[in-house]
Amino acid sequence: MVNFVGSSLLDSVRIKDVTCTACGMLCDDLVVARALNSNTLSVVEHGCSRSAVLLEQPPAYPSARVHGKEVDHASAIQAATALLQQAKQPLIAGLGTEVQGMRAVLRLADHIGATLDHMNSAAMLRNTLVVQQSGWQVTTLTEVRNRADLIVAIGTDIVSVLPRFFERCVWVEATLFDQAPAQRDIVFLGGRHDDLSFASSPDGRPAQVLPCDMEQIPELVAALRALVTGRSLPVDQVAGIAMQDLQQLAQRLREARYSVLAWSAASLDYPHAELSIANITGIVSQLNQTTRSAGLPVGGSNGDSSVNQTSVWTSGYPLPNSYARQHPDYDPWQHSSAQQAAHADAVLWISSLDPSRRPPPSDTTTIVLGHAAMQFEQEPAVYIPIGTPGVDHSGTAFRCDSVVSLPLKPLRPSPLPSLSRVILDIEAALDIEAALHASGKGDAHAD
Amino acid sequence: MLTKLTGGRVYDPAHGIDGQVMDLYIRDGRLIARPRDDEKVSKEYDLRGKVVMAGAIDMHTHIGGGKVNIARMMLPEDHRADPVAHSELCRAGCGHVAPSTLTTGYRYAEMGYTAGFEPAILPVNARQAHLEMGDTPIIDKGGYAMLGSDDYFLRMLTAKKDQNAINDYVAWTLHASQAIGIKVVNPGGISAFKFNQRALDLDAQHAYYQVSPRDVLKSLSRAVHELGIAHPLHVHANNLGVPGNLDTTLKTMGASEGYPLHLTHIQFHSYGTEGDRKFSSGAAAIAEAINQHQHISADVGQILFGQTVTASGDSMRQHANAGLANPSKSVIMDIECDAGCGVVPFKYRDQNFVNALQWAIGLEIFLLVDDPWRIFLTTDHPNGAPFTSYPHLIRLLMDKSFRNDMFTKLNLDAQAMSTLANINREYSLYEIAIMTRAGAAKLVGLHDRGHLGVGAAADITVYTEDADREKMFSKPDYVFKDGTLVVRNGQVVQVTWGSTHTVRPEFDRSVEQDLRAHFDRYHTMKLDHVKVSDDEIAEGGRGRVQVQPCLGRREKTR
Ligand code: SF4
Ligand SMILES: [Zn+2]
Repeated sequence: MVNFVGSSLLDSVRIKDVTCTACGMLCDDLVVARALNSNTLSVVEHGCSRSAVLLEQPPAYPSARVHGKEVDHASAIQAATALLQQAKQPLIAGLGTEVQGMRAVLRLADHIGATLDHMNSAAMLRNTLVVQQSGWQVTTLTEVRNRADLIVAIGTDIVSVLPRFFERCVWVEATLFDQAPAQRDIVFLGGRHDDLSFASSPDGRPAQVLPCDMEQIPELVAALRALVTGRSLPVDQVAGIAMQDLQQLAQRLREARYSVLAWSAASLDYPHAELSIANITGIVSQLNQTTRSAGLPVGGSNGDSSVNQTSVWTSGYPLPNSYARQHPDYDPWQHSSAQQAAHADAVLWISSLDPSRRPPPSDTTTIVLGHAAMQFEQEPAVYIPIGTPGVDHSGTAFRCDSVVSLPLKPLRPSPLPSLSRVILDIEAALDIEAALHASGKGDAHAD
Repeated sequence: MLTKLTGGRVYDPAHGIDGQVMDLYIRDGRLIARPRDDEKVSKEYDLRGKVVMAGAIDMHTHIGGGKVNIARMMLPEDHRADPVAHSELCRAGCGHVAPSTLTTGYRYAEMGYTAGFEPAILPVNARQAHLEMGDTPIIDKGGYAMLGSDDYFLRMLTAKKDQNAINDYVAWTLHASQAIGIKVVNPGGISAFKFNQRALDLDAQHAYYQVSPRDVLKSLSRAVHELGIAHPLHVHANNLGVPGNLDTTLKTMGASEGYPLHLTHIQFHSYGTEGDRKFSSGAAAIAEAINQHQHISADVGQILFGQTVTASGDSMRQHANAGLANPSKSVIMDIECDAGCGVVPFKYRDQNFVNALQWAIGLEIFLLVDDPWRIFLTTDHPNGAPFTSYPHLIRLLMDKSFRNDMFTKLNLDAQAMSTLANINREYSLYEIAIMTRAGAAKLVGLHDRGHLGVGAAADITVYTEDADREKMFSKPDYVFKDGTLVVRNGQVVQVTWGSTHTVRPEFDRSVEQDLRAHFDRYHTMKLDHVKVSDDEIAEGGRGRVQVQPCLGRREKTR
């Protein structure tokens, strides 16, 4: 802000209502200034530290590279196409993109028989399995903002995944239903958090904290579910939390008019975490027998919900998903990142939103369609820089509640191609190759 | 480019044509009267002996938007049984109860359908609905925006805002959601559920807003009428699936005080409480009421036996029914102070008393409503059955002996409670063409679809006459979409992308001032971002918005 005001207003333009894709909140109220001489962006209003990392990357326009050598775009496309064509089991991974990019990815995957995996698949899958096994009862951000009278954050402080959650959904000025937002109760159940001052109400009431180690969350949520169901447990503590405190929490949940139980699938990083999530949603479902309650899966980064939603409508399946057998195929274990990395003979890694998300180290031939600021420890066979949706070009992104989607608009002129543009180029090259092959001249391009 | 369709037997109820042998001419995707003198026919199809109709229109089918995608996400086991591999022309996907968008488009076209309308577009989720429909090939699409449990509207109602202000808000919603109609689901009830009300009868009060479903219906049906849009208020009434809801449905017909209402999936709202099991058919009373009230139309929402999934905006009723889920899982959501949804998989069984009677009730309604212009063929895809079962349903309507054979296989107690076997009516091809073409186009407000008159879009389906109507309607010989041959012998031969139909009544733009303040104060999204632009729909050159005319705004009608 200070920097911006210090510079001449004529040297920059102010862009209002910018959507930030740095986390699953997808705040769309940011004000961004673009310096006219350098096209550098700065977040002027309503940002957070994470939005600055995304939006304030200095613009860079590197060349494409093949085996580390700078080449023009067309040669890079040709090299990428040749590698994909040779691959028997291509894997398209990373998938840091948005809806339009994913539409193109799915078309290409169908064409070349690729398997698909997002960099956040493991975390996303924990939620997916619950939806597929028992379902759940959940809510969205505006409902939380207006209705929640008790928010229980389980194993997460929420703000590490959604930095502006308390600002935008909890300590707001007004709600639709005459509820004073400052009266809301916040409980942090499980996990250990350093600083929870952001969760104190505007009048200084601190949140209740019932901490335990993450590995103890399974027993903790199982116990809370039993208590909410009306059973009593013959122990005086669970995961180091006094039974009395847990009983009191169960009671508060039963008395709340609209409680919200939030969890972050990424934080529940232990085997069979889906069972913990199922216990959390089981608590919600029990509470809804008599009062209202809802779950809130928090998280979302690198376009994971956008990519998952697009995969579901296009193929029928969430990620990980595969077109290796000519039709979409879903086997979360068979297609898990680890399994795929072991089997794939070529990896197409996509990361358009976050330059720090590089392909995992491997011996497999790797093509990267990546952010222009990407630096590699292991130079990929082909690197093609692509634009960032919502910065260099337009797009559409889904929020972590999977309901609201927002249009992403370019914030500056950019020579960087979008992911969909690059995939169209690859497809065109594949078609030419196929045509040459059909006419018996395919060998000319074999290397 | 001039195409001639020669000598087919044409059923075009919009022009009273009932099986007349005629030639049709298509130029640039439209039907023309006859070629110019010097014009050469570039392609001729010999349709002698064939049955020719406009492309069919599904006026209520859940094909796009949040809850459909939740249904897809929830049911990998169902997709696995119907994998769809890619072909030279068509991309891969999956089918059965919640098909992928691509497969949805191909299969509708292969069945002779050229348009489908998503009946429950939540304004905050409209972008997703259009994204999914944008990935649905060949057919035209469009949808109805859901209002009536959104807090902005309910606050207007409580504050007794002027009807004109409500009309402006309704019009704004049509524009923002790129919709062609307005739907209300369990009027006020989705909101009431968020306040822990578990039922809301027509004259019950919403606990917070102190308004009744009747108030909601009156206000919205009047708004739709005064805005001059063709499609009447599309109503999913209160008490879906509840035994005895017949009374609510009959009263709902009167609630609009004469403004047109379309009652959707009325089968699910036609239950009595007679008999030992306190569940009986209300079909006769419902059909009689429809016959008497010219301002009422309905689609049936027929159930057919087998696995399906119910996906509805009615979170209140879906939550109540979640215990019946098969397989046992459900997703229930409260959404953005706008609406809600509930997705519950379901298996209808012919040996189950209630399911068997539901089947009979739907057919009784079809057969007892006299006017085919006011009753529509739907299964409320996928709630009653997936849309791919339409040919079977058409056979049930057209073939009494087939119907009676099926009836005798039902649960015996259900048979004893139904008059179906005594109804002799068989639908004619002309009546089927009304229900699925001319009537549907008129109801939705598609001026250039559903008929074969000069100037109409050349959406045309050609069948081979067959006494087995299921076979006949499963596999058309030809389907033309905007004049392009897209299906031959029930197989896609060319993939095109249809239009999205909308309507845009005039309104006072200053309505946005208050609405914007409301969004800034209470929501988590900017008002301008709720609006879906034409460019988003036309993205990638695959779609196009077609704005259908409306009558023009009427002055206050009372
Ligand atoms: S909270 Fe998330 S979406 Fe909002 S500005 Fe911060 S990173 Fe961006
Ligand atoms: Zn429906």
